[in-house]
Amino acid sequence: MSDSLNTAPNTPSVVERTRAVPAGAPVVGVHFIGSTAAFVLGEEALLLVEGKSEPRRVAVHEGGILSSACDGTWVVSGGDDGKVFVTGESGETRPVATDAKRRWIDHVAAGPDGAVAWSAGKSAYVMPGKGDPKTVEVPSTVGGLAFAPKGLRLAIAHYNGVSLWFPNAQAAPEFLEWKGSHHHVAFSPDGKFLVTSMQEPALHGWRVVDAKHMRMSGYSARVRSFGWTAGGKWLATSGSEQLVLWPFQGKDGPMGKQPRMYAAFAVRATVVACHPKQEVVAVGFADGTVLLVRIDDGAEVLGKKPGDAPVSALGWDGGGTLLAWGTESGEAGVIDLG
Amino acid sequence: MSDQVQPEKLPVTVLTGYLGAGKTTLLNRILSEPHGKKYAVIVNEFGEIGIDNDLVVGADEEVFEMNNGCICCTVRGDLIRIIEGLMRRKGKFDAIIVETTGLADPAPVAQTFFVDENVGKRTKLDAVVTVADAKWLKDRLKDAPEAKNQIAFADVILVNKTDLVSDAELREVEARIRGINPYARLHRTQRSQIALDEILGRNAFDLDRILDIEPEFLHADDHDHHHDHDHGHGHGHGHDHHHHHGGLKHYHDEDMQSLSINTDKPLNHEKFFPWIQGLVAEDGPKILRCKGILNFKDDPDRFVFQGVHMILDGDHQRPWKDGEKRDSRLVFIGRDLPEEKIRKGFESTIA
Repeated sequence: MSDSLNTAPNTPSVVERTRAVPAGAPVVGVHFIGSTAAFVLGEEALLLVEGKSEPRRVAVHEGGILSSACDGTWVVSGGDDGKVFVTGESGETRPVATDAKRRWIDHVAAGPDGAVAWSAGKSAYVMPGKGDPKTVEVPSTVGGLAFAPKGLRLAIAHYNGVSLWFPNAQAAPEFLEWKGSHHHVAFSPDGKFLVTSMQEPALHGWRVVDAKHMRMSGYSARVRSFGWTAGGKWLATSGSEQLVLWPFQGKDGPMGKQPRMYAAFAVRATVVACHPKQEVVAVGFADGTVLLVRIDDGAEVLGKKPGDAPVSALGWDGGGTLLAWGTESGEAGVIDLG
Repeated sequence: MSDQVQPEKLPVTVLTGYLGAGKTTLLNRILSEPHGKKYAVIVNEFGEIGIDNDLVVGADEEVFEMNNGCICCTVRGDLIRIIEGLMRRKGKFDAIIVETTGLADPAPVAQTFFVDENVGKRTKLDAVVTVADAKWLKDRLKDAPEAKNQIAFADVILVNKTDLVSDAELREVEARIRGINPYARLHRTQRSQIALDEILGRNAFDLDRILDIEPEFLHADDHDHHHDHDHGHGHGHGHDHHHHHGGLKHYHDEDMQSLSINTDKPLNHEKFFPWIQGLVAEDGPKILRCKGILNFKDDPDRFVFQGVHMILDGDHQRPWKDGEKRDSRLVFIGRDLPEEKIRKGFESTIA
């Protein structure tokens, strides 16, 4: 495979600023705690990498790690051992919960003030920073979880829609309906919109205030990764042979508008990660390439050359100077843009 | 995605059977026998498997409809999730077994492996194995449509609990099974005792098996008669009818039929694909399963395909061998199959 297969030969590059990390196992997620990159491996462990110091492997789960999230202080992880853990910057780890029936912990989310959410089967749980755990049952297996940006409110994706749950209220969750199987779910940064990725190659969105629908389709594959840019003007999405950006500037979201498309490629975008401060999106592709794309003008910078496996994880640090990536075959790296 | 290395696909065996037929007994045997292989097992009732094994996963058997305009396209969302999760432990097991509940329709399970790209990329359907109760199947075929679907879908059928029936009853139930599905491999078992290589690693969603269909049909039982599926009988089709051949029975099921077509003339792929796609788009709800091995004109490779209802999946399998008979074979199993339409349509695709 040639390096220049997909990107123009004169594309600027930051590849030489990469610190390679021998993850040794498929990377299924990556988060930052301060300047420490926490690579989540497919089985058992996190790999913590800080600056130039030796990577530290932290054994957490007894089995596969099915999902992870981070609030900037703690990495929350759920495993097929039926356990939820939080792990901190120095590698200290503690259990949050163990499923009584040892069901898989399919999804986790990190919320405000140290709140943690997880799901097993049809049950969703919230452990607030202070107080007792709360639980709710939804009609079918949970496909994804997301905390609202403000207040203690959890979106729970499942078949035929999303349940919006206030764990501290007695009321039954509010239900946003749309037929089909909903997976990953996320709120826009202002909390006004909620978007899910579906089993079909499409996204579905609702305006939270009136449940008005938004359909975003045209993908060649399931959208496995999406997120809002800093400021929330754009929704960056994977699932197509380019970076697809849906405009969220107006009160109707992307309705009646065309998405912007950048970084046309020969293979699919597998992961996206939005820069925390600027309108820049890191895009990982199925051939292992990572590109940084500036939304303003579509300018591209090469972050990683193609490799032997799809990019499976991407994450920025809070300051936006470090970008970590990992692949399905266990390659990983941290790019220092500072 | 052709520039990606394709990882080897994990074989998946789907285990079906009506309530009480002996599925759990079979699963326990698969999990406890020293066969040197490790299986990840997706079960619907956690407690029934008396074996502590971290590769036994409970499923909720959640079916949902795809919004893709295909009216019979239902898939198992829980399987998609579980298989993705199991892929975290790739290398820790050799194959996956999916147990379905006794009342399940096998179609959504099979369709899951074709509809979800990620699942299809990492796994392949190896065989649908149905455990049938020799004593009670005959009654279930009358009152439980699920039981009939499970027989129709099967690649391998265990006629279990043969110790509880007489020879005549056994022959009767086998004839009933053959009336629905003449293509599956039949095994007579007691307490689900069977050599595991007869049911696992069959590659039997098995296209090669199609080439053996006629011999299997003729010799499945020493006494079974071949019967031409010519619908020129003077019977109506609203009831079961059987033919006596020297005291032996051959049944036609009242609503489930099978159909096999073959030709040694090469096919025109430009005609074949539009035809088969049109056929399943129109008659897919009636077609439970179809499979084929195809000999296209000017194509050095055997092309194999299979389908469930409206979903088709096919690929070049391997080059035809020297001296191998190059012919095309298709089989269909379904309800109220439009036989004449299928035969004529197929003939029109001959090059």
